[in-house]
Amino acid sequence: MKVLVAIKRVIDYNVKVRVKADHSDVDLTNVKMAVNPFCEIAIEEAVRLKESGQATEVVAVAVGPTQCQEQLRTALALGADRAILVETDGFPQPLSVAKLLKGVYDQEQPGLVIFGKQSIDADNNQTGQMFAALAGLGQGTFASKVEIAGDTVNVTREVDGGLQTVALKAPAVVTTDLRLNEPRYASLPNIMKAKKKPLDTLTPEALGVEVKATIETLRVEPPAERQGGIKVDSVEALVDKLKNEAKVI
Amino acid sequence: MSILLVAEHNNAALNPVTLNVVAAAQAIGGDITVLVAGEGCGAAAGAAAALPGVSKVLCADAAVYGKQLAENVAPLIAEAAAGHSHVLSAHSTNGKNTMPRVAALLDVNMVSDIISVESEDTFKRPFYAGNAIATVKSSDAVKVVTVRHTAFDPVATTGGSAAVEALGSAHDAGVSSFVNEEIVKLDRPELTAARVVVSGGRGMGSGENFKILEGVADKLNAAMGASRAAVDAGFVPNDMQVGQTGKIVAPELYIAVGISGAIQHLAGMKDSKVIVAINKDEDAPIFQVADYGLVADLFQAVPELEGQI
Repeated sequence: MKVLVAIKRVIDYNVKVRVKADHSDVDLTNVKMAVNPFCEIAIEEAVRLKESGQATEVVAVAVGPTQCQEQLRTALALGADRAILVETDGFPQPLSVAKLLKGVYDQEQPGLVIFGKQSIDADNNQTGQMFAALAGLGQGTFASKVEIAGDTVNVTREVDGGLQTVALKAPAVVTTDLRLNEPRYASLPNIMKAKKKPLDTLTPEALGVEVKATIETLRVEPPAERQGGIKVDSVEALVDKLKNEAKVI
Repeated sequence: MSILLVAEHNNAALNPVTLNVVAAAQAIGGDITVLVAGEGCGAAAGAAAALPGVSKVLCADAAVYGKQLAENVAPLIAEAAAGHSHVLSAHSTNGKNTMPRVAALLDVNMVSDIISVESEDTFKRPFYAGNAIATVKSSDAVKVVTVRHTAFDPVATTGGSAAVEALGSAHDAGVSSFVNEEIVKLDRPELTAARVVVSGGRGMGSGENFKILEGVADKLNAAMGASRAAVDAGFVPNDMQVGQTGKIVAPELYIAVGISGAIQHLAGMKDSKVIVAINKDEDAPIFQVADYGLVADLFQAVPELEGQI
């Protein structure tokens, strides 16, 4: 079974996000970029499927500007066999990304497509599900466990209140949650080897997709600051404040 | 304007977050039709009909909708969306699972996790883990929107008397089936609906140590939560996670124990009315948002707190 892993280039999760002075967006000038953490979990899951003999090939795909090649190289260093960049101006909105990935899916015909559940920049949590709808596939979102049994993919999902397991007919879509696995680090020899692995570039035109933006960002602002309160010096003082000042207990 | 609101429910009753989503729908304005899809969901549909401001309830009662499989429910919602200007649901795991599928079927983008309604097509939503708030405007023909329930005050459970109309269509996509679920039986209130939440972080040291929070939670009839660090460390299950990528809570009292206060955690709880932080590191960022901070060893302070409340 071939596995397609969709990854996104995002701001590194350690970077402190700042809003631009003109409130047009967050400031991404000269900040460190990385593979979206949930997408790292997706790569790891695919590579483990290959290592256990359940997957035959792992193909990483990204949609975005040329610089996304860096993150695709990271995916290759982590164990993907080859990579595809669908090159666009900037980062398209989720519906367009889903349509572009559907184009890649049609060409590649994988048995499993793995996404991160959300990107830590836009925080949309949409693309995997949109792709699954366009491709007419079953989806196991927020996965904490994936098991392949013949033509069935059993996915345990993190849902409000606990866990749910669904059986999906392959080909299927999985979006990863935190506890699915712990991604490895790329070793230096693998980083060197990754430079020689194939990385192809496609265009939206070649996939027959028109990239459209229908959501306009009018303004970006920092969140309202919550004012800090006071420090109390004992549990007794804390209980007194909660009872008599805040009146919440 | 005409809003189709997808109810969150367990067939027998509405999930309270639905009341907050109705409030968001009222802020947009226009007619509100509630869709209740499930199996044996007549009682939930009846409850939806009693909500103030609801003009119609559509009840799709079929076995294929019993477990809310997105593959089956999304085509139903997309079909019912015809003639509506908006489709709304809670930004719950259910809403997150199903609504992007609905948007794709309608060939539109979607606005996730709104925290305010600026106008019928313009909303505010947090992104970058809550480090920034975007005001976004949708030009799509149908606005598909999920609502952060804590940002809207719930409507009353009574006052309306809408008609309930049965929807006959049963979509079975045939690509997914339900196997089983392990829903944690809680003796406590549900995390997102609790009046008091007691959460532990990495400072708890182990899953075993979370037990010391239980005594406090029992006395306050509180739900228990955790930071992403505690979930990452394997102390507790992910459904306890409070934060931008976990659950968003806004209780009257939030007690953060051994939680440093990473921005991703703050994004999930900073709308709480009163925040208490107990941490031995006096420089922990959590103290910058806490109304009452106690610099103390949690293993002493928590049992003491239990004894005094």
